[in-house]
Formats: sequence, C-alpha cells, structure tokens
Amino acid sequence: MAIVSRGFQGRRRSSDHRLPPGQYETRDFPVLSAGPTPRVDRDAWQFSVVTEAGERRSWSWRELMALPAERPVVDLHCVTKWSKFGTAWQGVSLDLLLADVETEAEYALVHSYGGYTTNLPLKDLLDGQAWIAYGYDGRDLTPEHGGPARLLVPHLYLWKSAKWVRGIELLVKDEPGFWESAGYHDYGDPWREQRYQGD
Amino acid sequence: MARAAVSGRLGERLRWRVATLVGQREETPTTRTLVLDVPGWPGHLAGQHVDVRLTAEDGYSTQRSYSIASAPDGALLELTVQRVSDGEVSPYLAGDLVDGDLLELRGPVGGWFVWRPEQTEPVLLVAGGSGIVPLMAMIRTRRQLGSTTPFRLLYSVRTPEDRMYADELQALDPGLEVTFLYTRQVPEGWPRFPSRITEKDLAAVAWAPETLATTYVCGPTPFVEYAADLLVELGQAPDRIRTERFGPTGG
Repeated sequence: MAIVSRGFQGRRRSSDHRLPPGQYETRDFPVLSAGPTPRVDRDAWQFSVVTEAGERRSWSWRELMALPAERPVVDLHCVTKWSKFGTAWQGVSLDLLLADVETEAEYALVHSYGGYTTNLPLKDLLDGQAWIAYGYDGRDLTPEHGGPARLLVPHLYLWKSAKWVRGIELLVKDEPGFWESAGYHDYGDPWREQRYQGD
Repeated sequence: MARAAVSGRLGERLRWRVATLVGQREETPTTRTLVLDVPGWPGHLAGQHVDVRLTAEDGYSTQRSYSIASAPDGALLELTVQRVSDGEVSPYLAGDLVDGDLLELRGPVGGWFVWRPEQTEPVLLVAGGSGIVPLMAMIRTRRQLGSTTPFRLLYSVRTPEDRMYADELQALDPGLEVTFLYTRQVPEGWPRFPSRITEKDLAAVAWAPETLATTYVCGPTPFVEYAADLLVELGQAPDRIRTERFGPTGG
C-alpha cells in the first residue's frame, strides 16, 4: 500500500490519453543512450535478418527506401518515466521485411551500430506492431534519435526500440540484450510496469 | 555478460521502501540535497539511481528517477534535486519537504553508468550542470575507499554560484584533478572566457587512449552529445565512453 506524501498535489494528466502506471507526459523528446552517438553513413548502411540456421537476408539503404513505407502515429513510453503521445514516424513494417524468412525461432535479438543489443519475443515484431523507422515528424531521423534508422516497437518500453539498428538475429532460445543483462525486464510492457527483472 | 550491479535477490532490491527525510542542504540557489534514512537499504554502486514515488491523498501517484549523490553509508542515502520551475515533482522534493517527511523509493537501479572500486584504469568525469550528481558519488566512493585510481573532473556550469559541492571539490583529494568551466559568467580574474565546452578543454584533461581510461559524461542532452562527439574526435574509443543524459523535461 502506497504511503501518502504529505502535501503533494501532483499534476493530473493534461490530455485525454491514458498514461501507463508510473509514467508522466512530456511534450519534447528526451534522448537516452549508453554512449556516444554513432555516425552511420547511409552508403555503408545495411540491415540484416539472420535466422537460427544462419541464413541471412540483407537490405542496403537504397533497397530499404524502395520498399513501401508506412506512417505510424504512436505513443512512446520510456522506462525513465516519460511518455510522449502522438509521435509521427515513417518506416517499413517488419511484417514486410520478415515475410519470406523461414524460421522456427521465437525470440529476436536486435543489434545496433555501436554495439547495443536488445531482446524481445519475435511475435512482438509482427502483426503491424514494429517498423524500421527512418523518418520522424516529417524529416529524416536524426542521429541522436537513432538515425539513419531505428527499430520502432512502441507497445514496449522505448529501450526495445533500438537506435541505429543494424540487424535482427532470430533465436530459438531467449538471450538478454544490453540493458536486460543489467537488470532490465526481458519483455518491458509499460502497462504492466515491467521495468526491471522481477517486475 | 554484465551482471546485476548489486547482488542480492531482485525482488528485495526492487521492493518499494519507505524513506524518511533526516536532513537537507542547499547546494546552489536551485538545488537541494536530501538526506534520507532508508531502513534495509542494500547498498549501491557509484553512479546508480533510485526511483522515487510520490502519492497524493486521492491516490494519484507519479514517479521520477534521481541519481544517488552519496557513497554507500549504511541506511543513509543522499539525492541532490534540481528545482525545475514548472516541474511537477522537483519543486515539491526540493522545496516543500521538511525533516521527518516520508517518501517511497526503490533501487538501486542501473548497472552501466557506474564506477566499480575494482576498476583500476584512470577515469575522466565530464559533468554539465546537475550531471555532476552521479559523478560526485564516484568521487566520494573513491575517497571513502582511499583509492589511488587517478581521477580527473571537468565540470561545466553557467556561473560560479551554480557549482554544486564547491567546497568539497576544492578541498582536493589526492589524485583527483578538478577543472571548472564557466559558460556564462566567470569568477574575477579567471583566465578563460565564458563559453561552452570546447575541444581544447577536453584535450587538456582527456587521458591518452593507450591508458584505456574510462570516461563518464553526464549532463543535459546537448552537452552530452557535444562532449561525447568531441571525445571521439580526439581519439577516445567510443566503447570507453559512458554517457547519461538528463532531459530538460518532467522535473
């Protein structure tokens, strides 16, 4: 049972959106990452999917741009407590990128330029839930927000939406990523407040 | 694989605990240190943070994360909170609380932006504004242990009165070099004009790459982005630079 903080009024939400537990709304776009921002040249950029059998499918920047883009408008929830409503993105659905991949894997380990990794169940990347995003708010995605391209999987806490995405490794057995190895949750559902392992 | 930063059962470490405010110190005109007594506190590593939960009488509740400023000290824990003028939480924490008030917190959290006493390589700490807080925990932990690991601190503030922990930082620990940078207004007779951090400022304090030093950069996002980029341009390996960014929002 929560204790009451004497004299604390708080500020109720300022919009009609629902906030997950423990979150507050912000209107700007904070930046969080563990090290310097990698600078990735689009000419050298490549995105790969590797199956548990070692089969690899890769896309160059030009090939990614040639695929049909979607323009999802989604809410973001960061484990550091801020939520941002109605963010507008441009990117390619992972349903499209994964459509022809043959796999029995149930898990995905996402890899980024700069070495970052994060894990999540493969099914959370499908069914219109995830994109490789390269545009934000009508512009190219800037490096500090993950450009040239980042994973966008907005129904999970934002650390799962790996910036500077480079590839997805499909795994039969779950393997923890960077923050998950440091005690953050393997799944990270904001509505169930799965911030840390054990939540 | 990294391991959890402080061992012990996760459920225990992530349990909400009741903390009692037992002391306060104004650090600058806009920041205050809260001294909290947290029975059963499991200890922490320098650089980790806690989640603080506040609950209003009608049950409305909100949370924020704050870096720990103090070295491990039994059940006592210090947080330094910057008042954000239109913030929901910080004006309450760093303005309205009186000794004896209760808060809820859980932690420690974070196993990456930490300095572990067993690290022996030289360390560069680069702080912008309130980004000094987790770095101060590293300086204090080093002092508490009598560690001789070479430390340098480059601390950028707007004006001299914005320096947190100023007296403590000027009473130098052996092996700790402290350099202040002022971006708006300098003390009288100060040799450097006020300006944002430059490559020259960082070149003067960066350890040679072959020392395999670790650099910790903490502050507002534009400061961290800029300083980390300059460090990479100076030849520091990106994987030896750890960053923590404070958004300007939320308060």
